[in-house]
Amino acid sequence: MDWFWKFPHMDDEKLRTLRMGIDDAFRGFTRAYGDRLEEAFEPLRYLLIQSERLLLSTPWLIVILVIAALAWWASRRWSIVISSIVILLMIGYFDMWEDTMRTVSMIVVCTIISLALGIPIGILMARSDRVQSIINPVLDVMQTLPSFVYLIPVVMLLGIGRVPGLIAVVIYAVPPIIRLTNLGIRLVDREVLEAADAFGSSSWQKLRKVQLPLALPTIMAGINQTIMMALAMVVIASMIGVQGLGQPVLRAINNQYFTVGMFNGLAIVGIAIIFDRISQAFGKRIQKHQEYAHG
Amino acid sequence: MASSANHYAIEFKGLSKIFGPHPDRIIPLLRNNLSKSEILAKHGHILGLNNINIMVPTGCMQVIMGLSGSGKSTLIRHINRLVDPSVGEVLVCGEDVVKMSRGELCEFRRHKTAMVFQKFALLPHRTVLDNTVYGLELQRVPKRRQVESAMYWLERVGLRGFEDRYPNQLSGGMQQRVGLARALTNDAPILLMDEAFSALDPLIRVDMQTILLELQKEIKKTVVFITHDLDEALRLGDRIAILRDGEVIQQGSCQDIVLRPADEYIMSFVRHVNRGRVIRVETVMDRTGPESAQNGVEIRAGTLLEQAASVLLSSQKEYLIVTNDQGGRLGSLSLRRLMGAMVSA
Repeated sequence: MDWFWKFPHMDDEKLRTLRMGIDDAFRGFTRAYGDRLEEAFEPLRYLLIQSERLLLSTPWLIVILVIAALAWWASRRWSIVISSIVILLMIGYFDMWEDTMRTVSMIVVCTIISLALGIPIGILMARSDRVQSIINPVLDVMQTLPSFVYLIPVVMLLGIGRVPGLIAVVIYAVPPIIRLTNLGIRLVDREVLEAADAFGSSSWQKLRKVQLPLALPTIMAGINQTIMMALAMVVIASMIGVQGLGQPVLRAINNQYFTVGMFNGLAIVGIAIIFDRISQAFGKRIQKHQEYAHG
Repeated sequence: MASSANHYAIEFKGLSKIFGPHPDRIIPLLRNNLSKSEILAKHGHILGLNNINIMVPTGCMQVIMGLSGSGKSTLIRHINRLVDPSVGEVLVCGEDVVKMSRGELCEFRRHKTAMVFQKFALLPHRTVLDNTVYGLELQRVPKRRQVESAMYWLERVGLRGFEDRYPNQLSGGMQQRVGLARALTNDAPILLMDEAFSALDPLIRVDMQTILLELQKEIKKTVVFITHDLDEALRLGDRIAILRDGEVIQQGSCQDIVLRPADEYIMSFVRHVNRGRVIRVETVMDRTGPESAQNGVEIRAGTLLEQAASVLLSSQKEYLIVTNDQGGRLGSLSLRRLMGAMVSA
């Protein structure tokens, strides 16, 4: 009755060989293709470095003005513009400007790449139930697998630095935009689609003129979520060498610097608030046809 | 083929539609006259349409009437192939829609048909004007001509000044005017109207019918109009086909339907119709004609009985003399005969 009380697991020796076998195979793969993969990701690294350099070399006053202008353009609301300026001034005053710029640069690039990958995948998913049934479980895994687990192979392949950080962030941040693009397109009214068909829309015309515009509120919610998820990964990404607000937080954890951790953490919250308010206000503003309804 | 294209804009030939996983297995069974309920109970398929044969002459307003579930909406969707038939032919302007490839179908829908929907189906993110130009935009007509043509039809349906509103700022009646303007701007020879006025209030519905009849006098398109309302059918239709359980049970002119209902089912509808507003004088007149014109008052053929009765009563004469457009006498109609035609069932 031994098997009843203790789970009859795989033989220890066999298990060890299995693990070593997989590890060796992966290590072999890394040795064989690691350099080539690194080369393939070189443009990404260049993009990351350039955008960081741009933000760091621009005088702080101009950066604040640009962000304020962006906030005004997206929201047309003074409250959002003023709170953005105040948050940025506070960050600068407490000497976190450079780290903040590094983080902002990282988040912007990660978001752009997530959208460039996520929106087309979401569209494909919306067009075919089969694609949806394949991609959905993949997204489930991406969202539930602890990020440390997929950091291991990424670091083994690409080492420590910006690119593996970016990959880790994108893996974590891309599911919401894929899911919400898919959902938004699937929620478009069937009767409106029938009308589009009846007037002879090609499937590209239908996508561009009907499905995407009508899915836009949902897609905007996805973009907002993706930005927030990317920010949430800042500290974890700093563990594999991504510079920015995450690194002081990491140092604070190791050395129990309460105040340093708190300040940098609040700076992350601050830029999260700016990104969130701007993207949400923009999403609302482009939906002006929903503003007034017939009584 | 070419000659038939001249007479008939749309021809349904032996069209059947079966909904279910294996329509092809059910088609052979249709010849054995299985009923809709038998096919559902024994084979788990729904018989949508069964052996439809309707010929719609060019420039004619063809009404297809039936209650919900009769298959009328499925039928109209075969004309632009929003629904694929299980078996049969649908010839539109002489071309078989069923045989078209995807690309041909797209072109066909852009140029040959335009559709108006029961629930309007406007694009909520576009203004009234941008909704109206949609069809022309797909055809890649130059922007200036799109707007020109859209503004013309918006004005014709009474929406001048509303071009920049969004659909949800308009009432139901106005939204459907946009739907009508959008279809007319497409300038297709065939206009498909799927219960276009059913969602509107009774008064607005009559307004819209009037607009459609007025416009049809000049545009003379082939219109297929779906409705569940016999009054609407009789008011609009040059020809009516009545559908029940996916089969045509009668087709003909309004006069045919009201005066010679094919079965009990149709009779039960026709009983509630105001006959005076449907039947025309020439269909019930005495063809032998009066011996003298002394005691009669002349009336044009095509006049409805109700109007004829009021003419006769106010004239103080004894009978009506029905004439054609050139003034030639066709026959006569006494008050007694006229009243009889208005009330008898």
